[in-house]
Parts: sequence; structure tokens; C-alpha cells
Amino acid sequence: MTIEDLLYSAEHEWLATDGSGSATVGITDFATQELGDIVFVQLPEVGTEVTAGAVIGEVESTKSVSDLFSPVSGTVTEINEALSDSPELVNTDPFSQGWLMKISLSAEPAGLLNRQDYLALTAD
Amino acid sequence: MTDESLRHSPLQSVHEALGATFITFAGWQMPARYTSDLAEHRAVRTGAGIFDLSHMGEIRIRGAQAGDALDYSLAGKLSGLAIGRAKYTLLLNEEGGILDDLVVYRLPDGDYLAVVNAANAQLDLAALVDRTRRFDAEVIDETAGTALIAVQGPGSEAIVAAALAHPDSGSSSVGPEEIGSLGYYRCRAGTFEGDPLLIARTGYTGEDGFELYVPSSSAQRLWQTLSDVAGVAPLPCGLACRDTLRLEAGMPLYGHELTTATRPAQAGLGRVVSFAKPGDFVGRAALEGRDGSGDPVLVGLAGQGRRAARAGYAVLSAAGDAIGEVTSGALSPTLGHPVAMAYLAPEFSDPGTRLAVDVRGTSLPFTVVPLPFYTRS
Repeated sequence: MTIEDLLYSAEHEWLATDGSGSATVGITDFATQELGDIVFVQLPEVGTEVTAGAVIGEVESTKSVSDLFSPVSGTVTEINEALSDSPELVNTDPFSQGWLMKISLSAEPAGLLNRQDYLALTAD
Repeated sequence: MTDESLRHSPLQSVHEALGATFITFAGWQMPARYTSDLAEHRAVRTGAGIFDLSHMGEIRIRGAQAGDALDYSLAGKLSGLAIGRAKYTLLLNEEGGILDDLVVYRLPDGDYLAVVNAANAQLDLAALVDRTRRFDAEVIDETAGTALIAVQGPGSEAIVAAALAHPDSGSSSVGPEEIGSLGYYRCRAGTFEGDPLLIARTGYTGEDGFELYVPSSSAQRLWQTLSDVAGVAPLPCGLACRDTLRLEAGMPLYGHELTTATRPAQAGLGRVVSFAKPGDFVGRAALEGRDGSGDPVLVGLAGQGRRAARAGYAVLSAAGDAIGEVTSGALSPTLGHPVAMAYLAPEFSDPGTRLAVDVRGTSLPFTVVPLPFYTRS
């Protein structure tokens, strides 16, 4: 799946669906550039039920703390353990090694943007 | 990119070309970072960084009674400041609270140059004009026409010496030997490509470093000359890493550790106030003989893990009671653990005291540690 095929939230998360009801979630390169160097990522525990639009964690950069919003509803099935020691992966490789979590979807993703619309949103 | 309602450094176009991310600070648009806060921070600790600090205020005080006028206006004894020396001092109010912290240079021509925080520059100027009125002294705001470029880090001496000696860059009257022999908190006047240059061995990073003052019209050429030094060129650094650098070095920041509600001794700056100088000074009556032994004092806090205790977060006693507030805090890039400063009552201020900080609802352990967190080797 290329970044052209991802879905995007207005809160700067990306979502990769695998077609079998599971999705991988991360934050976009635009978000990481706005945040600066990410030094800590707090993710929900595996098994947590999340609701689209709700706060599910935090992303801390050297200068700020930002809430992390779930782009979809479902259950967290896996989190990226590498981020506890290497949160900088979110900066260096936000669409691949810097992924945040996998969610088993309880509902079809709704209200998300395609790449073109997301780029339009962040163009200002 | 250029917001007309904001003040801009003469280096604005340089920063734009370098791809800086900007922040608004005290009405100025200044670089927050160029690429990475952490990379910029590390460059200053291990090599060298170059900073544009042209937002800082420069106020010249001159006249037959300039020294006496500053003795009355400021906390330190500036009349005794020898030519070529710099002194860290405070602008106090009548209650002994801190209106600003500043560095005063005694220039080779005998004038004084006060370098003040951008956020307080207008207040400093008004206070100095008012307080020096009855003296034979003149106060001149030189902020708009002055650029300040800092080169900080263990590699700074080699860079500054090479840049100012570089034959292609035009002549400088300050040679490498004069830069090498310039002591800490000393300054020297010279020229850069025919324009006046003041070079000082001062900074706000906890490393060796230099601050160079030139007319705004020379700023771009000086920045370029310093940046073009072969082999050891400094990394452009923004204000974000300047904040983590000064925090590790335990240096106070006005508006965080220093406010009008802070007495100098609370901030560990009692030595900055000269009660020994003759004559009155603003703040003397309030501070002299004051028993401040029960006042909260500035302490360092060290934590574990990666979550920073940030400004405004509550500091908790072992019993869970709120006993103070973090004034500055970050994950220390050099030390790898969270560091913070806070004002705490004396009974909680001993190094080793175990406390906690409420980090957005989670109580995380912190221990009182001596300041500074980081000392250069």
C-alpha cells in the first residue's frame, strides 16, 4: 500500500486498511514536521476499545504535547513496541517503521480523506 | 511567510532560505528550528551552533555619570565594571521583584551596553530612561539597528577565529590570538568589513561561546562568513534548542524562573545584588535585611523515563500534596531523562528529596537535584 492509497484524518493520522477488517494507524509526515522531534509516544494498551474521534494517547515532542485521536472505532490489537525506545522513528519514517498501532475495526471507516483532499487540507 | 505585523531580524531571508520553522516570540518572528531541535541541541554540545538573537534588546548608556546611573538603576555595581568586561545583573522593582535579567557590557569607549530580553525591552528602556533622569547619562535604544549572532559550542572559538581571519571575507580587526585569549565574560571591540563589531565570550547554552554584535546591515555577511568556515561550520540553531540548552545549564528564563514575584535570592541570584555598593538602588529598601529564609527557592528536579514535566505542572510531595509548580521542564537531550525547575518551600529543597510531578493526571516520581543539570567538561 502506498501513501497514495491511505486514508487520512483531519487530525493528521493515516490509516491503512487490509481489506479484512484490520487497519494500521500512524501520523502523517505533515504532523511530524509540525510537532518537531518526537521524544515520547503514549499508546493505548492492546485490547483497548477505541472510538473514532476520541483521544487515545499522546505524542510528545521536545516542545509540546499533542493528543492522539483515533481515526476509527474498534479494538487495539497491536502497538509498535519499537517506539518506546525509538520514538524518533515517527519522525524519520512516519508511514512505515513509525506506525503506531493496529486496530480491529468495529465499523467501516467514516469521514476520512483521500490523499488529495488531505494535501489540500494541509496546504495552507 | 513574512507577517507584516511582526518585527523581523535582518537575517529573515537567510532563515527562509535555510527552511526554518518560525515562531512568534515577543512580537518578533524568529526561527524555532531549522531541521531538528535535538540535532541542533547536540551540535552545540559537541561541535558548534550559530544562532540569530537579533530580537534581543540593546540599550546603550553613556555620559559622565553612566556608571552611577546604572548603580542606582540595577542590582549590581556597574560603576566598578572594567572596560572589556561583562556582568550579569537584574532590573528590580521597588519591591525587590525582578523586572528583567540582563547582561551589561563595558565597551572600550567607556559606554555601557545593556542586552535585555526581547519581551521586556520596552519596559527596560522606559525604566532606564526614568531611573537615570537625574544623572548626567544618556539612554539610547539601539535594538532596531543591531544584529546579534551567537556561535556556541566547543568548536566556537575555532570557527569565530577562522571566520574573522578569513582573507576573502574582508578585513577584521580582531585576530585569532585576540579571540583565543578573550576570557569568559570579556568583550572586545573591532571591525568586520569596516563596520563596528563587538565580540563577547558570553552565551546562554552552558558551553563555551561567543556573541557578536554588528550593525543590521552587516548581519547577513557576518552570518555567511561564520557559516562558510571550512570543515567545522556551525549548524544553524533555533530558539527551541536554545531553551533546552539553557535549561540543562540551569539558567533561568525570564517569565518562567524570574518574575516580579521572584526575589533574587529565591532564584539563587542573591550574589547578583550588591548591598555593598554606596548609595541607594531600586529594590534595596525592600531586600536589605529581609528575612527570606522561609521563601520558596528554585530547585532542580530529575525524573525517569521520557515524559517531561512541563511548565505549569503541579509538584507533589511524597504525601501527594501540591507544593509548587514547574517553571520549565523538558526531556533533557543530553542526559536522556526529564529535567525541570520549580520553586519549592525550603523543607522540600534538599537534594535527594523524593517528590512527584502531576504529568497530565499521572503522578511521576522526581528527585530534587543540584543545579545545573549539566556542566561542560
